[in-house]
Amino acid sequence: MSASGTNSKNKYSILLPTYNEVENLPIIIYLIVKYMSKSGYDHEIIVIDDGSPDGTLEAAKQLQNIYGKDKIVLRPREKKLGLGTAYIHGIQHATGNFIVIMDADLSHHPKAIADFIKKQQEKDYDVVSGTRYIGGGGVYGWDFKRKLVSRGANFLTQLLLRPGASDLTGSFRLYKKDVLETLIKSCVSKGYVFQMEMIIRARQLNYTIGEVPITFVDRLYGESKLGGTEIIQFVRALLYLFATT
Amino acid sequence: MTKLQEWMSGLGIIFAIWMYLITSRSHNEFVQNHYDLILYSPITCVFIFGLYALSVVLYRVYTFNDCEQAAVELAEEIQEAKENLAKLGFKFKETAK
Ligand SMILES: Nc1nc2c(ncn2[C@@H]2O[C@H](COP(=O)(O)OP(=O)(O)O)[C@@H](O)[C@H]2O)c(=O)[nH]1
Ligand SMILES: [Mg+2]
Repeated sequence: MSASGTNSKNKYSILLPTYNEVENLPIIIYLIVKYMSKSGYDHEIIVIDDGSPDGTLEAAKQLQNIYGKDKIVLRPREKKLGLGTAYIHGIQHATGNFIVIMDADLSHHPKAIADFIKKQQEKDYDVVSGTRYIGGGGVYGWDFKRKLVSRGANFLTQLLLRPGASDLTGSFRLYKKDVLETLIKSCVSKGYVFQMEMIIRARQLNYTIGEVPITFVDRLYGESKLGGTEIIQFVRALLYLFATT
Repeated sequence: MTKLQEWMSGLGIIFAIWMYLITSRSHNEFVQNHYDLILYSPITCVFIFGLYALSVVLYRVYTFNDCEQAAVELAEEIQEAKENLAKLGFKFKETAK
């Protein structure tokens, strides 16, 4: 399969779930358009805003006027209903055959999308996952404690679940559309551990997973929506998947 | 087989071998000569594994890439984005911060 031959048919739908990202959204969209135009892949950006009180949706509408309705698709919801269902809501309206999932808070850099696409085409992977833990991947703005928790949790997960992917809690990924639909349907967890379950289910369903090193820069604007219950949620999900998959 | 079942079977086999060795003391010379070593081997193994896990995790913490360059580039690109978006007519929200 030649890369140029498949490029012409492939379309990439980039899902951006947002909650209070008024500062970040214009910048992430500017960068996506910049890098995707540069690499020449057909794409659309789907913004799923959950009724952010900070005016994220108004910013998104302005961006839609600038870049056009076929490039920026708005799929807002009334209130904050969580990330998992935001993805489901987003793919229902996606016209691409591939879906890219990323955070809108600038911790995921859009320039990596072209690397994901190239990796996907190498072996026709079902899923390509960004990873902070291998190769040139890494993080910025993390102190010792945060690195320790992250590495410790990752070690434990690798030991117990042997997932076949090095970064389970990252959420910067490329999926074949039908694969993502199947995976979402087979996932039971809510919240951020949902990302982990997606990769475990992918292994369980024998999907192939490629990996691309990414750099993760902690958000500059706005706040993280995930609170202190993160670790408890993580441990529960880990044990659940350990006992059931 | 779930991962839990895999672990249970693996540990079960090891436990069975250990039990067999411990109880074969009377007629097995090797066991007789190394009885204490065998008796405490599960604890020793857990301890060694703990040390292994600790060193691997700490090593990975210290070798976790700090992406200074990525942060610098991002800061520049944020500036670039703001300037170009303003030219395209984008109105940024006044932030009171
Ligand atoms: N639509 C929607 N987006 C959300 C929700 N919660 C978080 N997000 C978005 O999901 C992404 C990741 O959230 P973030 O708080 O940065 O999580 P963290 O990076 O794991 O701390 C960001 O783009 C958020 O704006 C939600 O309930 N609904
Ligand atoms: Mg974030």
